[in-house]
Amino acid sequence: MPVEFDSIRTEHTAVRESAGIFDVSHMSEIRVSGPDATVLMNRLVTNDVQELDVGDTQYACITDSDGIILDDTMVFRLPDDEDGPQYLFVPNAGHDVEMYTRWTEYRDERGFDATVHDATEEWGMLALQGPDAPQLADDATEGRATDIDRFEAGFLDVAGVRCYVSRTGYTGEDGFEFLVPWADVETVWSAFDCQPCGLGARDTLRLEMGFLLSGQDFDPETEPRTPYEAGVAWTVDLGTEFVGRDALERADREGVEERFRGVKLQQRGVPREGYEVVDSDGDHLGHLTSGTMSPTLGEPIGLGYLSEAAPSGTRVRVVVRGEPKQATVVTPPFIDT
Amino acid sequence: MSFDVPDDRRYLESHEWTTTDADSVRIGITDFAQDELGDVVFVELPAEGDELERGEEFGVVESIKAVSDLVSPVSGTVTAVNEDVFDTPELLNQDPYGDGWLLELEPSDPDFDALLSPEGYRAQIE
Repeated sequence: MPVEFDSIRTEHTAVRESAGIFDVSHMSEIRVSGPDATVLMNRLVTNDVQELDVGDTQYACITDSDGIILDDTMVFRLPDDEDGPQYLFVPNAGHDVEMYTRWTEYRDERGFDATVHDATEEWGMLALQGPDAPQLADDATEGRATDIDRFEAGFLDVAGVRCYVSRTGYTGEDGFEFLVPWADVETVWSAFDCQPCGLGARDTLRLEMGFLLSGQDFDPETEPRTPYEAGVAWTVDLGTEFVGRDALERADREGVEERFRGVKLQQRGVPREGYEVVDSDGDHLGHLTSGTMSPTLGEPIGLGYLSEAAPSGTRVRVVVRGEPKQATVVTPPFIDT
Repeated sequence: MSFDVPDDRRYLESHEWTTTDADSVRIGITDFAQDELGDVVFVELPAEGDELERGEEFGVVESIKAVSDLVSPVSGTVTAVNEDVFDTPELLNQDPYGDGWLLELEPSDPDFDALLSPEGYRAQIE
Protein backbone atom coordinates (compact mmCIF):
# COMPACT_ATOMS: atom_id res chain seq x y z
CA MET A 1 0.00 0.00 0.00
CA PRO A 2 1.42 3.41 -0.86
CA VAL A 3 1.77 6.16 1.75
CA GLU A 4 -0.71 8.26 -0.18
CA PHE A 5 -2.81 8.11 -3.35
CA ASP A 6 -3.83 11.79 -3.44
CA SER A 7 -2.92 13.72 -0.34
CA ILE A 8 -3.09 12.51 3.25
CA ARG A 9 -5.42 15.40 4.09
CA THR A 10 -7.81 14.56 1.21
CA GLU A 11 -7.87 10.88 2.10
CA HIS A 12 -8.25 11.56 5.82
CA THR A 13 -11.15 13.96 5.26
CA ALA A 14 -12.90 11.49 2.96
CA VAL A 15 -12.89 8.87 5.73
CA ARG A 16 -14.16 11.32 8.36
CA GLU A 17 -16.87 12.82 6.10
CA SER A 18 -17.80 10.17 3.50
CA ALA A 19 -15.75 7.01 2.94
CA GLY A 20 -12.35 5.65 2.00
CA ILE A 21 -10.91 2.26 1.18
CA PHE A 22 -7.55 0.87 2.33
CA ASP A 23 -5.65 -2.19 1.13
CA VAL A 24 -4.33 -3.61 4.41
CA SER A 25 -3.23 -6.94 2.97
CA HIS A 26 0.05 -6.55 4.85
CA MET A 27 -1.81 -7.77 7.98
CA SER A 28 -1.27 -11.41 9.03
CA GLU A 29 -3.96 -14.07 9.44
CA ILE A 30 -3.69 -17.19 11.60
CA ARG A 31 -6.47 -19.77 12.01
CA VAL A 32 -6.73 -21.99 15.08
CA SER A 33 -9.04 -25.01 15.17
CA GLY A 34 -9.40 -28.42 16.81
CA PRO A 35 -10.69 -29.67 20.16
CA ASP A 36 -8.22 -27.54 22.18
CA ALA A 37 -8.49 -24.38 20.04
CA THR A 38 -10.23 -22.39 22.81
CA VAL A 39 -7.77 -23.27 25.55
CA LEU A 40 -4.78 -22.62 23.26
CA MET A 41 -6.12 -19.19 22.30
CA ASN A 42 -6.87 -18.32 25.90
CA ARG A 43 -3.33 -19.20 27.03
CA LEU A 44 -1.79 -16.85 24.48
CA VAL A 45 -4.00 -13.75 24.36
CA THR A 46 -4.85 -11.45 27.28
CA ASN A 47 -8.60 -11.38 26.70
CA ASP A 48 -11.06 -14.21 27.34
CA VAL A 49 -12.03 -15.78 24.01
CA GLN A 50 -14.66 -17.88 25.81
CA GLU A 51 -16.78 -14.73 25.77
CA LEU A 52 -17.00 -14.97 21.98
CA ASP A 53 -20.02 -16.45 20.23
CA VAL A 54 -19.74 -17.39 16.55
CA GLY A 55 -19.48 -14.11 14.61
CA ASP A 56 -18.10 -12.08 17.54
CA THR A 57 -14.82 -10.17 17.39
CA GLN A 58 -12.52 -9.15 20.22
CA TYR A 59 -9.43 -6.97 20.60
CA ALA A 60 -6.61 -8.53 22.59
CA CYS A 61 -2.92 -8.29 23.36
CA ILE A 62 -0.31 -11.03 23.09
CA THR A 63 2.14 -10.72 25.99
CA ASP A 64 5.33 -12.44 27.09
CA SER A 65 5.78 -13.93 30.58
CA ASP A 66 6.68 -10.45 31.91
CA GLY A 67 3.40 -9.05 30.63
CA ILE A 68 5.13 -7.06 27.88
CA ILE A 69 3.02 -6.62 24.73
CA LEU A 70 4.49 -8.52 21.76
CA ASP A 71 1.65 -7.60 19.42
CA ASP A 72 -2.02 -6.64 19.45
CA THR A 73 -4.67 -8.38 17.42
CA MET A 74 -8.31 -8.81 16.57
CA VAL A 75 -9.68 -12.27 17.35
CA PHE A 76 -12.62 -13.55 15.28
CA ARG A 77 -14.65 -16.59 16.25
CA LEU A 78 -15.38 -18.37 12.97
CA PRO A 79 -18.27 -20.81 12.51
CA ASP A 80 -17.65 -24.05 14.42
CA ASP A 81 -16.41 -27.11 12.58
CA GLU A 82 -16.89 -30.76 13.62
CA ASP A 83 -14.25 -30.38 16.39
CA GLY A 84 -15.79 -27.26 17.93
CA PRO A 85 -14.85 -23.57 17.93
CA GLN A 86 -12.50 -22.12 15.30
CA TYR A 87 -10.70 -18.80 15.62
CA LEU A 88 -8.92 -16.44 13.29
CA PHE A 89 -6.62 -13.77 14.61
CA VAL A 90 -4.92 -10.95 12.75
CA PRO A 91 -1.40 -10.09 13.96
CA ASN A 92 0.29 -7.00 12.55
CA ALA A 93 2.42 -6.92 9.41
CA GLY A 94 5.49 -9.14 9.62
CA HIS A 95 4.39 -10.89 12.83
CA ASP A 96 2.86 -13.99 11.23
CA VAL A 97 5.86 -16.32 11.49
CA GLU A 98 6.59 -15.19 15.06
CA MET A 99 2.98 -15.79 16.13
CA TYR A 100 2.61 -19.05 14.21
CA THR A 101 5.77 -20.31 15.97
CA ARG A 102 4.54 -19.07 19.35
CA TRP A 103 1.22 -20.87 18.94
CA THR A 104 2.62 -24.15 17.63
CA GLU A 105 5.45 -24.33 20.21
CA TYR A 106 3.05 -23.69 23.07
CA ARG A 107 0.63 -26.27 21.66
CA ASP A 108 3.39 -28.88 21.39
CA GLU A 109 4.77 -28.16 24.89
CA ARG A 110 1.34 -28.64 26.43
CA GLY A 111 0.24 -31.47 24.17
CA PHE A 112 -2.86 -29.59 23.04
CA ASP A 113 -4.92 -31.02 20.20
CA ALA A 114 -5.21 -28.00 17.91
CA THR A 115 -4.40 -27.08 14.32
CA VAL A 116 -2.63 -23.76 13.75
CA HIS A 117 -2.57 -22.53 10.17
CA ASP A 118 -0.74 -19.45 8.92
CA ALA A 119 -3.15 -18.14 6.25
CA THR A 120 -1.29 -14.86 5.65
CA GLU A 121 -0.38 -15.84 2.07
CA GLU A 122 -3.98 -16.85 1.30
CA TRP A 123 -5.89 -13.78 2.44
CA GLY A 124 -5.74 -10.15 1.50
CA MET A 125 -7.57 -7.54 3.56
CA LEU A 126 -9.46 -4.40 2.61
CA ALA A 127 -10.86 -1.79 5.00
CA LEU A 128 -13.85 0.31 3.96
CA GLN A 129 -14.23 3.11 6.49
CA GLY A 130 -16.32 6.22 7.03
CA PRO A 131 -19.90 7.34 7.60
CA ASP A 132 -20.90 6.29 4.06
CA ALA A 133 -19.28 2.85 4.43
CA PRO A 134 -22.51 1.07 5.52
CA GLN A 135 -24.37 2.28 2.43
CA LEU A 136 -21.48 1.41 0.10
CA ALA A 137 -21.15 -2.03 1.69
CA ASP A 138 -24.89 -2.65 1.47
CA ASP A 139 -24.90 -1.62 -2.20
CA ALA A 140 -22.23 -4.25 -2.88
CA THR A 141 -23.92 -7.05 -0.88
CA GLU A 142 -27.65 -6.74 -1.69
CA GLY A 143 -28.18 -5.03 1.63
CA ARG A 144 -26.62 -7.78 3.74
CA ALA A 145 -23.58 -5.91 5.10
CA THR A 146 -25.52 -3.90 7.67
CA ASP A 147 -27.03 -7.09 9.05
CA ILE A 148 -23.60 -7.32 10.67
CA ASP A 149 -23.56 -5.23 13.87
CA ARG A 150 -20.57 -3.25 15.17
CA PHE A 151 -17.74 -5.59 16.25
CA GLU A 152 -19.39 -8.62 14.67
CA ALA A 153 -18.48 -10.59 11.54
CA GLY A 154 -19.76 -13.07 8.97
CA PHE A 155 -19.32 -14.43 5.43
CA LEU A 156 -20.69 -12.33 2.56
CA ASP A 157 -20.37 -12.30 -1.23
CA VAL A 158 -18.91 -9.10 -2.69
CA ALA A 159 -18.74 -8.90 -6.50
CA GLY A 160 -19.09 -12.67 -6.59
CA VAL A 161 -16.22 -13.18 -4.14
CA ARG A 162 -16.80 -14.93 -0.81
CA CYS A 163 -15.34 -12.66 1.89
CA TYR A 164 -15.17 -12.78 5.67
CA VAL A 165 -16.52 -9.39 6.68
CA SER A 166 -16.21 -7.73 10.09
CA ARG A 167 -17.72 -4.43 11.15
CA THR A 168 -14.45 -3.22 12.59
CA GLY A 169 -11.64 -0.83 11.72
CA TYR A 170 -8.74 1.34 12.82
CA THR A 171 -10.11 4.81 12.11
CA GLY A 172 -12.82 5.43 14.73
CA GLU A 173 -15.46 5.53 11.98
CA ASP A 174 -18.13 2.99 11.18
CA GLY A 175 -16.96 0.57 8.52
CA PHE A 176 -16.00 -2.92 7.49
CA GLU A 177 -12.90 -5.03 7.03
CA PHE A 178 -12.98 -7.67 4.32
CA LEU A 179 -10.79 -10.75 4.35
CA VAL A 180 -10.54 -11.61 0.66
CA PRO A 181 -8.87 -14.54 -1.14
CA TRP A 182 -5.55 -13.12 -2.35
CA ALA A 183 -6.33 -13.49 -6.08
CA ASP A 184 -9.63 -11.58 -5.73
CA VAL A 185 -8.44 -8.50 -3.84
CA GLU A 186 -8.58 -6.28 -6.92
CA THR A 187 -12.12 -7.41 -7.78
CA VAL A 188 -13.41 -6.55 -4.30
CA TRP A 189 -11.42 -3.28 -4.19
CA SER A 190 -13.12 -2.23 -7.45
CA ALA A 191 -16.59 -2.95 -6.03
CA PHE A 192 -16.42 0.20 -3.89
CA ASP A 193 -16.51 3.61 -5.53
CA CYS A 194 -14.79 5.78 -2.93
CA GLN A 195 -11.50 7.48 -2.06
CA PRO A 196 -8.48 5.13 -2.15
CA CYS A 197 -6.42 5.73 0.99
CA GLY A 198 -2.82 4.95 1.90
CA LEU A 199 -0.73 4.29 4.99
CA GLY A 200 -0.35 8.01 5.73
CA ALA A 201 -4.08 8.57 6.28
CA ARG A 202 -4.34 5.27 8.13
CA ASP A 203 -1.78 6.66 10.58
CA THR A 204 -3.36 10.12 11.04
CA LEU A 205 -6.83 8.56 11.48
CA ARG A 206 -5.69 6.12 14.16
CA LEU A 207 -3.63 8.84 15.86
CA GLU A 208 -6.70 11.06 16.30
CA MET A 209 -8.37 8.11 18.05
CA GLY A 210 -5.33 7.29 20.20
CA PHE A 211 -5.18 3.75 18.80
CA LEU A 212 -1.87 1.97 19.38
CA LEU A 213 0.47 1.21 16.48
CA SER A 214 2.39 -2.03 16.99
CA GLY A 215 6.16 -1.61 16.67
CA GLN A 216 5.89 2.11 17.39
CA ASP A 217 3.68 2.81 20.44
CA PHE A 218 4.76 -0.52 21.89
CA ASP A 219 7.54 -2.89 20.87
CA PRO A 220 9.15 -5.61 22.99
CA GLU A 221 12.64 -4.34 22.04
CA THR A 222 12.39 -0.56 21.72
CA GLU A 223 9.25 0.34 23.73
CA PRO A 224 8.49 -2.55 26.13
CA ARG A 225 5.10 -1.84 27.72
CA THR A 226 2.38 -3.71 29.54
CA PRO A 227 -1.29 -3.33 28.55
CA TYR A 228 -1.75 -1.25 31.72
CA GLU A 229 0.89 1.26 30.66
CA ALA A 230 -0.45 1.23 27.08
CA GLY A 231 -3.97 2.14 28.21
CA VAL A 232 -5.54 -1.13 27.08
CA ALA A 233 -6.15 -2.70 30.52
CA TRP A 234 -9.64 -3.55 29.25
CA THR A 235 -8.10 -6.24 27.01
CA VAL A 236 -6.74 -8.07 30.08
CA ASP A 237 -8.88 -10.73 31.75
CA LEU A 238 -6.97 -11.85 34.85
CA GLY A 239 -9.54 -14.63 35.30
CA THR A 240 -7.82 -16.63 32.54
CA GLU A 241 -4.41 -18.36 32.61
CA PHE A 242 -2.61 -16.61 29.74
CA VAL A 243 1.17 -16.21 29.44
CA GLY A 244 2.01 -12.99 31.31
CA ARG A 245 -0.99 -13.16 33.61
CA ASP A 246 0.95 -13.29 36.90
CA ALA A 247 3.17 -10.36 35.93
CA LEU A 248 0.10 -8.37 34.92
CA GLU A 249 -1.72 -9.17 38.15
CA ARG A 250 1.25 -7.64 39.99
CA ALA A 251 1.25 -4.64 37.63
CA ASP A 252 -2.48 -4.19 38.25
CA ARG A 253 -1.90 -4.26 42.02
CA GLU A 254 1.16 -2.03 42.06
CA GLY A 255 0.08 0.49 39.44
CA VAL A 256 2.23 1.95 36.67
CA GLU A 257 4.82 4.73 36.58
CA GLU A 258 4.03 5.89 33.07
CA ARG A 259 0.85 5.75 31.05
CA PHE A 260 -0.07 6.20 27.38
CA ARG A 261 -1.47 9.73 26.98
CA GLY A 262 -2.18 12.32 24.37
CA VAL A 263 -0.68 15.80 24.10
CA LYS A 264 -1.95 18.81 22.19
CA LEU A 265 0.54 21.53 21.29
CA GLN A 266 -0.51 25.13 21.93
CA GLN A 267 2.39 26.48 19.87
CA ARG A 268 3.29 25.92 16.24
CA GLY A 269 5.18 22.73 15.53
CA VAL A 270 4.58 19.05 14.95
CA PRO A 271 5.04 16.49 17.72
CA ARG A 272 7.00 13.46 16.49
CA GLU A 273 8.15 10.06 17.70
CA GLY A 274 11.02 10.32 20.17
CA TYR A 275 10.42 13.92 21.34
CA GLU A 276 10.87 14.44 25.08
CA VAL A 277 8.10 15.81 27.28
CA VAL A 278 9.15 17.95 30.27
CA ASP A 279 7.46 20.01 32.97
CA SER A 280 7.70 23.81 33.31
CA ASP A 281 11.05 23.39 35.14
CA GLY A 282 12.41 21.31 32.28
CA ASP A 283 12.28 18.06 34.29
CA HIS A 284 11.62 14.85 32.35
CA LEU A 285 8.02 13.60 32.29
CA GLY A 286 8.15 11.14 29.39
CA HIS A 287 8.43 10.91 25.63
CA LEU A 288 6.28 10.68 22.52
CA THR A 289 5.92 7.56 20.40
CA SER A 290 3.73 9.06 17.65
CA GLY A 291 2.60 12.47 16.47
CA THR A 292 1.24 14.50 13.61
CA MET A 293 -0.72 17.56 12.61
CA SER A 294 -4.33 16.43 13.12
CA PRO A 295 -6.08 16.94 9.77
CA THR A 296 -9.49 17.05 11.49
CA LEU A 297 -8.56 19.55 14.22
CA GLY A 298 -5.82 21.46 12.43
CA GLU A 299 -3.89 21.12 15.69
CA PRO A 300 -0.61 19.33 16.45
CA ILE A 301 -1.22 16.13 18.43
CA GLY A 302 1.01 13.47 19.91
CA LEU A 303 0.84 10.17 21.77
CA GLY A 304 3.34 8.80 24.23
CA TYR A 305 4.18 7.63 27.70
CA LEU A 306 4.00 10.21 30.47
CA SER A 307 4.59 10.03 34.20
CA GLU A 308 1.52 9.42 36.35
CA ALA A 309 2.49 12.82 37.84
CA ALA A 310 1.19 14.40 34.59
CA PRO A 311 -2.46 13.36 34.29
CA SER A 312 -4.93 14.71 31.79
CA GLY A 313 -5.12 18.51 31.91
CA THR A 314 -1.47 19.02 32.99
CA ARG A 315 0.41 21.83 31.23
CA VAL A 316 3.65 20.38 29.87
CA ARG A 317 6.32 21.15 27.26
CA VAL A 318 7.20 19.07 24.22
CA VAL A 319 10.82 19.57 23.23
CA VAL A 320 10.93 20.19 19.47
CA ARG A 321 14.51 20.41 18.13
CA GLY A 322 15.72 21.74 21.49
CA GLU A 323 12.88 24.19 21.96
CA PRO A 324 10.26 23.47 24.67
CA LYS A 325 6.78 24.13 23.25
CA GLN A 326 3.67 24.49 25.38
CA ALA A 327 1.28 21.57 25.36
CA THR A 328 -1.55 20.06 27.41
CA VAL A 329 -1.97 16.43 28.40
CA VAL A 330 -5.23 14.91 27.18
CA THR A 331 -6.84 11.50 27.25
CA PRO A 332 -7.46 10.30 23.70
CA PRO A 333 -9.46 10.18 21.52
CA PHE A 334 -8.71 13.71 20.35
CA ILE A 335 -11.98 13.89 18.40
CA ASP A 336 -15.59 12.69 18.77
CA THR A 337 -16.69 10.36 16.02
CA MET B 1 4.29 13.05 -13.62
CA SER B 2 6.03 16.21 -14.69
CA PHE B 3 7.07 18.99 -12.35
CA ASP B 4 7.34 22.70 -12.91
CA VAL B 5 10.98 23.93 -13.12
CA PRO B 6 10.98 27.63 -14.08
CA ASP B 7 13.80 28.73 -16.42
CA ASP B 8 14.52 31.97 -14.56
CA ARG B 9 15.99 30.33 -11.42
CA ARG B 10 18.82 28.16 -10.16
CA TYR B 11 18.51 25.05 -8.02
CA LEU B 12 20.09 22.87 -5.36
CA GLU B 13 20.12 19.08 -5.45
CA SER B 14 18.26 19.28 -2.14
CA HIS B 15 15.30 20.89 -4.01
CA GLU B 16 15.58 24.56 -3.09
CA TRP B 17 15.40 27.34 -5.71
CA THR B 18 16.78 30.87 -5.85
CA THR B 19 16.13 33.79 -8.16
CA THR B 20 19.26 35.25 -9.77
CA ASP B 21 19.36 39.03 -9.22
CA ALA B 22 22.76 39.84 -7.67
CA ASP B 23 21.23 42.53 -5.38
CA SER B 24 18.36 40.57 -3.89
CA VAL B 25 17.15 36.98 -4.25
CA ARG B 26 14.13 35.05 -3.20
CA ILE B 27 14.46 31.41 -2.15
CA GLY B 28 11.98 28.59 -1.73
CA ILE B 29 11.37 24.89 -2.36
CA THR B 30 10.61 23.31 -5.72
CA ASP B 31 7.40 21.84 -7.08
CA PHE B 32 9.03 18.41 -6.90
CA ALA B 33 9.90 18.96 -3.21
CA GLN B 34 6.38 20.01 -2.22
CA ASP B 35 4.93 17.01 -4.05
CA GLU B 36 7.32 14.61 -2.30
CA LEU B 37 6.52 16.11 1.09
CA GLY B 38 2.75 16.14 0.64
CA ASP B 39 0.54 18.40 2.79
CA VAL B 40 2.89 20.99 4.33
CA VAL B 41 1.76 21.87 7.86
CA PHE B 42 4.64 23.75 9.47
CA VAL B 43 7.55 25.96 8.43
CA GLU B 44 10.39 27.18 10.66
CA LEU B 45 12.52 30.04 9.27
CA PRO B 46 15.30 32.36 10.46
CA ALA B 47 14.62 36.01 11.32
CA GLU B 48 15.31 39.14 9.32
CA GLY B 49 18.95 40.16 9.71
CA ASP B 50 20.24 36.60 10.14
CA GLU B 51 23.28 35.63 8.09
CA LEU B 52 23.14 32.43 6.03
CA GLU B 53 25.92 30.49 4.35
CA ARG B 54 25.44 28.63 1.10
CA GLY B 55 24.80 24.96 1.91
CA GLU B 56 23.76 25.76 5.48
CA GLU B 57 20.57 24.33 6.98
CA PHE B 58 18.50 27.40 7.77
CA GLY B 59 15.09 26.03 8.66
CA VAL B 60 12.64 23.17 8.54
CA VAL B 61 9.56 22.33 6.56
CA GLU B 62 7.22 19.67 7.92
CA SER B 63 4.41 17.88 6.18
CA ILE B 64 1.96 15.50 7.82
CA LYS B 65 4.29 12.61 7.05
CA ALA B 66 7.82 14.04 7.03
CA VAL B 67 10.34 16.54 8.39
CA SER B 68 12.78 18.11 5.94
CA ASP B 69 15.68 20.50 6.46
CA LEU B 70 15.95 23.60 4.29
CA VAL B 71 19.33 24.35 2.72
CA SER B 72 20.34 27.80 1.54
CA PRO B 73 21.40 28.08 -2.14
CA VAL B 74 23.24 31.37 -1.47
CA SER B 75 25.21 33.16 1.26
CA GLY B 76 23.80 36.44 2.47
CA THR B 77 21.67 38.42 4.90
CA VAL B 78 17.96 37.75 5.37
CA THR B 79 16.07 40.89 4.32
CA ALA B 80 12.51 39.54 4.36
CA VAL B 81 10.66 36.51 5.70
CA ASN B 82 7.40 35.30 4.15
CA GLU B 83 5.29 35.28 7.29
CA ASP B 84 2.23 34.13 5.32
CA VAL B 85 3.64 30.60 5.30
CA PHE B 86 3.44 30.42 9.10
CA ASP B 87 -0.35 30.83 9.07
CA THR B 88 -0.89 29.17 5.70
CA PRO B 89 1.83 26.57 5.20
CA GLU B 90 -0.20 25.01 2.37
CA LEU B 91 1.03 27.94 0.22
CA LEU B 92 4.16 25.80 -0.29
CA ASN B 93 1.97 23.14 -1.92
CA GLN B 94 -0.24 25.53 -3.86
CA ASP B 95 2.35 27.93 -5.24
CA PRO B 96 5.93 26.89 -4.43
CA TYR B 97 7.54 29.39 -6.83
CA GLY B 98 5.15 32.26 -6.03
CA ASP B 99 3.19 32.88 -2.82
CA GLY B 100 4.98 29.97 -1.16
CA TRP B 101 8.41 31.67 -1.24
CA LEU B 102 10.36 31.53 2.02
CA LEU B 103 13.05 34.21 2.35
CA GLU B 104 14.55 37.22 0.60
CA LEU B 105 18.32 37.58 0.92
CA GLU B 106 20.92 40.15 0.03
CA PRO B 107 23.63 37.89 -1.41
CA SER B 108 27.12 38.46 -0.02
CA ASP B 109 28.89 36.59 -2.84
CA PRO B 110 26.51 36.09 -5.74
CA ASP B 111 27.76 33.05 -7.70
CA PHE B 112 24.77 31.48 -9.39
CA ASP B 113 26.89 29.41 -11.78
CA ALA B 114 27.80 27.10 -8.90
CA LEU B 115 24.13 26.06 -8.70
CA LEU B 116 22.17 23.65 -10.87
CA SER B 117 20.71 25.10 -14.05
CA PRO B 118 17.01 24.39 -14.77
CA GLU B 119 18.15 21.70 -17.26
CA GLY B 120 20.48 20.17 -14.67
CA TYR B 121 17.77 20.11 -12.02
CA ARG B 122 15.21 18.65 -14.46
CA ALA B 123 17.67 15.88 -15.27
CA GLN B 124 18.07 15.16 -11.55
CA ILE B 125 14.35 14.75 -10.82
CA GLU B 126 13.47 12.84 -13.98
